[in-house]
Amino acid sequence: MLPFLIKRLVSLCLSLVAASLVIFFVIEVVPGDPASFMLGMNAEPDTVAALRDSLGLNASIPLRYWQWVSGLLQGEFGTSYTYKVPVRELIADRIWVSLPLAALALLLSTLIAFPVGVIAAARRNSPADVSIMGVTQLGIAVPNFWFAMLLVMFFAITLRWFSAGGFPGWDAGLFAGLKALTLPAVALALPQASILARVMRSSLLDTLGEDFVRTARAKGLSQRQALWRHALRNALIPVLTIIGLQFSFLLAGAIIIENVFFLPGLGRLVFQGITQRDLIVVKSVIFLLVFAVILVTFIVDMTYAIVDPRLRRARA
Amino acid sequence: MTSIVKALAFAGALAVTSALTPAAFAAKTDINVGLPLEPPNLDPTSGAAGAIDSVTYSNIFEGLTRFGPDGGINPGLAQSWTISDDGLVYTFKLHEGVKFSDGTDMNADDVKFSLDRIGAEGSTNAQKALYADIASVEVVDPLTVKVTLTKPNGNILFNLAWGDAVIVAPESADNNATNPVGTGAFVLKTWAKGDQIELARNENYWGEPAKLDKVVFKVIADPNAAFAAVMAGDVDSYMAFPAPENLPQFDADPRFRVVAGSTEGETILSTNNKMPPFDNIKVREALAHAIDRKAIIDGAMFGYGTPIGTHFAPHHPSYVDLTAQSNFDPEKAKALLAEAGFPDGFKTTLKLPPPSYARRGGEIIASQLRNVGIETEISNLEWAQWLEQVFKGKDFGLTIVSHTEPLDIGIYARPDYYFQYDSAEFQKIMEDLNNATDPQERNRLLQVAQKKIADDYVNGYLFQLANTGVVNAKLMGVWENAPTQAADMTGVYWAD
Repeated sequence: MLPFLIKRLVSLCLSLVAASLVIFFVIEVVPGDPASFMLGMNAEPDTVAALRDSLGLNASIPLRYWQWVSGLLQGEFGTSYTYKVPVRELIADRIWVSLPLAALALLLSTLIAFPVGVIAAARRNSPADVSIMGVTQLGIAVPNFWFAMLLVMFFAITLRWFSAGGFPGWDAGLFAGLKALTLPAVALALPQASILARVMRSSLLDTLGEDFVRTARAKGLSQRQALWRHALRNALIPVLTIIGLQFSFLLAGAIIIENVFFLPGLGRLVFQGITQRDLIVVKSVIFLLVFAVILVTFIVDMTYAIVDPRLRRARA
Repeated sequence: MTSIVKALAFAGALAVTSALTPAAFAAKTDINVGLPLEPPNLDPTSGAAGAIDSVTYSNIFEGLTRFGPDGGINPGLAQSWTISDDGLVYTFKLHEGVKFSDGTDMNADDVKFSLDRIGAEGSTNAQKALYADIASVEVVDPLTVKVTLTKPNGNILFNLAWGDAVIVAPESADNNATNPVGTGAFVLKTWAKGDQIELARNENYWGEPAKLDKVVFKVIADPNAAFAAVMAGDVDSYMAFPAPENLPQFDADPRFRVVAGSTEGETILSTNNKMPPFDNIKVREALAHAIDRKAIIDGAMFGYGTPIGTHFAPHHPSYVDLTAQSNFDPEKAKALLAEAGFPDGFKTTLKLPPPSYARRGGEIIASQLRNVGIETEISNLEWAQWLEQVFKGKDFGLTIVSHTEPLDIGIYARPDYYFQYDSAEFQKIMEDLNNATDPQERNRLLQVAQKKIADDYVNGYLFQLANTGVVNAKLMGVWENAPTQAADMTGVYWAD
């Protein structure tokens, strides 16, 4: 187990270094000067120069890269050009929207997908299976922002059970916060649950055809017992992979849903940062998201090793 | 797993019951205001973002003078002023008992500090040029300030009303971006970045207190989300509504009132006057006749907007209607192009910034220009790119932009301004205007100036941007016009 862990950790660190270089230089070449953007059309050239100076934009590129990376290592992301507050604070505010939203959506998606996938696999080609396949096909095809708009129209405008969007903050209470995240989480979870249910079903069907399941049945286990005791655990590997990918996607990719529900999440922070040329925010948030994705992949790799002992031994 | 299911069921039940609880019907004293863009910070003296003024203008910060809802100049922190006969010395008498929200007194020293700070070295004031004529600011006594100009400037009272010249205190000025300390009728309570800004009534306000005790600005950028938020009652007022196509639907709903006031935004087809073939006045005249303003207003703005024939706001008393001079006449446009040596037209670039007036208007203008033989290559730019390529780099043939600064015809006197119009005659008119303090003479000169740029067909003059928005039918006192980008909440209240 230990060599496997070390190997994974080294690859994690290398990925992070590569990511920081790519992010920094891609953002360096983006056209548009933050200072002229902030000062608008009537600013005098010397005003723009003064602002560039105070933003630290006149230093050399290697120096600025070093300053940024050494800041990251100490947990300091710098100060936002436009908001003029530490980026760390901005991220800290937003992450408490994005993280619970992603977690809630993933929870919903898993809660729906597991039983649905298992039922479909256990009753293959039954009417239940066929209709589940049909509905999940639809779930994948429906764009989540459109589904989100339908939810808003029905639950916020017609029934008025929920606000059309916004986030009151966790200070307003756990319930108010969860309520604000409910519709967005449902909108995010539907397509994910559809994908996950289909993966669950096909993976389970594959395992059910394996020799060891037949052996289990020959030992006298019922179809259901064989599924629960032997097939399910072995079918989990592809499902875990998908869950890992989905969590990364939900954390970083919720930007459209955040726009529909005007939630102050990380996705919108990046979006705003790009349009306002608040490049320091963009760099830092993207790096954080890359870090999260790499970390999740790392964790998923570790879980494989727990679920499938062969992996541990093979690489040790 | 069952406990999670139970918890979810419980949460669902709670959601239902809380939603069914009837709302309180007592007269409301709070308001939720929709904002299309979040202000980057709350310091109007260091940045051009209009959203800063939307939140802070007159609500948190006040200047010596202030804009009224009709665009006129009213006294602000200065209760009165006198102007010397040579137009060089303005003496302002300040209101007594004015306090900043941190409890300190506002007096002549703060005025001197604020005005000196605009022109100081290292200043990041986006409108520094407006105050360049101020030679000195002198404290006569705690309630009297004498402002001396280097040369007469008839616009100075107007310029002092801008958000960029609000009065701040030396001890708090550096922190105004995140912790604004002003003299206004509201104070900042909380700012959940990316989501909402909450203001509370300033209980120690020196003037007439605000009727509302709480104002929440909610940032809702997406047009669909904005529509849903208004329909669901999440916001009570949303000016500069991002989806004009939804306005008729609001208009038909008795819960709402649609507002279509005026703004200071002259929307123009800016033309690079130094780039061939636009350096030929015949070509620019041809452009002017190729454009059908009505089709653009109907198609891009859903009918909201007033046609203009020069760079001047139609609601201004000095406005001259010159639209007939550049009437829609494609045949004449073709003839002019032939005369200029382009019988088969030519190709040029049309660079469009993000607002819908530009993106939607751009498509329509491109097809109108194609009808007279001018092919345009459209590129959509973000604001930062637009500023870099078009505004700074002057690398464009045509672009569409709304010039939202009030009374900004003076930009035509700057030869290095992005559309590069260089006319000694026009520069002389502006100089005379700045030296004139007599209202009648100023009026005459403003009209001469409007005619001059229309005669020279500097840019294609399209329409005055309308201030369209939707407010709750019971909400009173919302500014319908936008003399500056402000959401002045000091006079807003709920009927019954």
